[in-house]
Amino acid sequence: MLETLLPILIFTALALAVIGAVRRIRLWRQGRPSRVNLLKGLVALPRRYLVDLHHVVGRDKMISNTHVATAGGFVAAAMLMILVHGLGIANPLLGGLLLLASASMFVGSLFVARRRINPPARLSKGPWMRLPKSLMAFSLGVFLITLPTVGLLPEGLLEGSGGWLLALVLAGVVAWGLGEMFFGMTWGGPMKHAFAGALHLAFHRRAERFSTKKGGTGRSTGLKALNLEDETAPLGVEKPADFTWNQLLGFDACVQCGRCEAVCPAFAAGQPLNPKKLIQDMVVGMAGGSDAAYAGSPYPGKPVGEHAGSPHGPIVALEGKTLVDAETLWSCTTCRACVEECPMMIEHVDAIVDMRRHLTLERGKTPNKGAEVLDNLIATDNPGGFDPGSRLNWAADLNLPLMADLKQVDVLLWLGDGAFDMRNQRTLRALVKVLRAAEVDFAVLGNEERDSGDVARRLGDEATFQSLAKRNIATLAKYRFLQIVTCDPHSFHVLSNEYGDFLQEGQGGPDFNANYKVRHHSTFIAELYDAGRLTFAPWKGGSVTYHDPCYLGRYNGEYEAPRRVLKALGIEVKEMERSGFRSRCCGGGGGAPITDIPGERRIPDMRMNDVKESGAELVAVGCPQCTAMLEGVVDASAKVRDIAELVADALVECPVGNASGESRRPAATTTAEEVIV
Amino acid sequence: MPHNANPLSKMELSVAVLVSVGRHPLTARARRADHDARAVEMALSLGNANVQLIHAGDNGAPSEEALRSYLGMGLGEISLIKQSLGADVLPALAAWLRDAAPHLVLTGTRAETGEGSGLVPYMLAEILGWPVISGLAQVESIEGGIATVLQALPRGKRRRLRIRLPAIATVDSSAPVARQNAFGPARRGEFATRTCASAIDELQAQWSEQPARKRPKRLKIVKSASARDRFKAAAAKADSGGGQLLSDVTPEQGAEAIFTLLKGEDVLG
Repeated sequence: MLETLLPILIFTALALAVIGAVRRIRLWRQGRPSRVNLLKGLVALPRRYLVDLHHVVGRDKMISNTHVATAGGFVAAAMLMILVHGLGIANPLLGGLLLLASASMFVGSLFVARRRINPPARLSKGPWMRLPKSLMAFSLGVFLITLPTVGLLPEGLLEGSGGWLLALVLAGVVAWGLGEMFFGMTWGGPMKHAFAGALHLAFHRRAERFSTKKGGTGRSTGLKALNLEDETAPLGVEKPADFTWNQLLGFDACVQCGRCEAVCPAFAAGQPLNPKKLIQDMVVGMAGGSDAAYAGSPYPGKPVGEHAGSPHGPIVALEGKTLVDAETLWSCTTCRACVEECPMMIEHVDAIVDMRRHLTLERGKTPNKGAEVLDNLIATDNPGGFDPGSRLNWAADLNLPLMADLKQVDVLLWLGDGAFDMRNQRTLRALVKVLRAAEVDFAVLGNEERDSGDVARRLGDEATFQSLAKRNIATLAKYRFLQIVTCDPHSFHVLSNEYGDFLQEGQGGPDFNANYKVRHHSTFIAELYDAGRLTFAPWKGGSVTYHDPCYLGRYNGEYEAPRRVLKALGIEVKEMERSGFRSRCCGGGGGAPITDIPGERRIPDMRMNDVKESGAELVAVGCPQCTAMLEGVVDASAKVRDIAELVADALVECPVGNASGESRRPAATTTAEEVIV
Repeated sequence: MPHNANPLSKMELSVAVLVSVGRHPLTARARRADHDARAVEMALSLGNANVQLIHAGDNGAPSEEALRSYLGMGLGEISLIKQSLGADVLPALAAWLRDAAPHLVLTGTRAETGEGSGLVPYMLAEILGWPVISGLAQVESIEGGIATVLQALPRGKRRRLRIRLPAIATVDSSAPVARQNAFGPARRGEFATRTCASAIDELQAQWSEQPARKRPKRLKIVKSASARDRFKAAAAKADSGGGQLLSDVTPEQGAEAIFTLLKGEDVLG
């Protein structure tokens, strides 16, 4: 009886899955066009899955192995089942393999089930709680129905009235498994993540973030530019259908593992943001309906079930509530911790900035000080509204060389808006001292420099960002330099990763028509030290920890250089629990201090608490925002010092003949003339 | 905007806002003038009023961008009366207002460029024969052609006034801050251009302009014996002792009193 029932079951489930897939694809296709090389993406899929995705999943070995056993077992079992039971190819070899695959899947599903006993808060419940049972039903069911095929069970067992009953029960178990695994995969069940996730990997909007066989960087963090020339193109995302189709596909790939939620600084601070819920809300919006079925942690302070949306309705309501409240979007610090942790490679920050763009550019609703800051950027080219002619006032006694006078130098020192901030001016002075000690050929733009546009862009004001970017590029194009050095990771990121879209013929870094070669001051100081151009007195202070700025670390992958500098200073870094790519944000990014969405705690307080737990008496930083945020913490247990300050304090006169060069590489001295001529 | 939910319900109120091209105090870039923008904000917060923007002047590229930032507050159109450079815009504005016959005309207290004398609203009121009110802080209600408004006085004082419409009101920094200028509406907004003969301001043509110097501030000498004295000195009202309240006097007597005061302060020789 099973021989007739199984093919019917299998092919019905497959047919339903195909219908569901078509419906799901139509949901994604509501989005705006996005150019992706479909074939190339599909070819790259195995590598993206096995290398890049596994790299993220593999951070949790237990879950990684569980997934390999379960998913690998399932894929093999599903294929073999179609052959063996669907098409009736009762080959004992195939049958044996099928037994093996379903057994592997069953073992995996036991571990999945174990994780669901007292699951951590970040995991979604609801349908996800039944998934291990469905996995077991499928694997066990397939295993049992395959036993007779390979002759491990007497053929007669399933005959007679008892056999009938057994066969029926087995068919029922298999039907349950097929329902979850085939039908549920395309009709919105938990297994949707496999279908949408695979296609999302193949058609990802940022193909560059994946590694290649040739060893690509695998990092793509610059925001995508809005086309402001085309007046018909929407300015940002108003409704779910304004996302590109592959962004919508990406939202659908979410497995609701909540790793993003666990690392989100805004969520931890009790601000109304949870990256996982946001992605689920986008899925709700794409399909239409209410968020009542969501079974994970809500946005802090916002009960589930009060918001609803539709593909062509506004995401943020003009009045009342629709899908998401504006303060949810403005809580994000753009620290990218969620993107870094996401095993499905979903781009949360892109989506948030897209929606912010609509709020700012179309509605003029940047909250709190947002409007004032943007007005200042338009009128004075700096967010504080200071006289642009006073950018160099802090250095009145330093006699800094100006690009306008020299035209050509090795290093262009980009000051950033910290030049107007008295705290950061101390860092800048320290940095100048270091550069002079190392006899670096450098100059500053002085009053010709403008804000890099970082804050404007992250507040959604793409127009002001592009205006600033284009004028800065035009200024930079007047001069020749080998590299830009800055102590501001935000300027660093924008100059090196986001200006590229606006470079015109003959503009750009040392080799024209390419991105600028930008160095964070910690990287540059590390290079100077390696070249033997700096000598330090031994460290006498107390214990030190290092706080990784998001825009240096996660955005640009620079975790090593600051630590190398600290090591060179004789400091042994006491790492915080969350450091490196898992560093917790200081709360200063993405315009968050400007939009200032209230929460239960402050993000910098939590970070200084991390510092306290590390036991360090001093926290070394490398970003003016981090300095300001961390120093603003009352009753802090540690002092906050920029790396440049620590280096400047430790400088000693270089001994003649450069004696102390044990572990250092010889200087690679290239001058500007050699390269540019 | 809680105060204007229903007072204007009977008929649609039409409000005209006179806007000018402003100038940023630090960078001198063209921008929306702060007071004018507050006037637009006031008009937009009147609920269901039909708001029209009018600018009379010469419209170069930087000033177009500045005018667009009024449109960015959420208006679809701005009426632009083309005038040659240095023209006296009063006749053109007066003619436009007579045609359009709005119930209420709002404008900033003074322009940030050009003469900036702050006299335009008064002279328009004189030409049109409408009442004028300065320092409008809030429109409380408009009923039966009478508006009840709050006028801002120094030190946060407010005075409730009832004025007959049509009227002209000026708005200064005591009015609510203007809303954000959004890029999208600013880009989409349109200019309804009309030409009007330019009246050459002959008087102004004879003047020469030079950048203003900062006026020296009168020193406030605080003879402080204690912290309490210093606090009192800092928090005290500006000393208005020695002032003179004149009421029911002839214009000649008033002018005489002002003349005496100016002489006494060494403003006039």
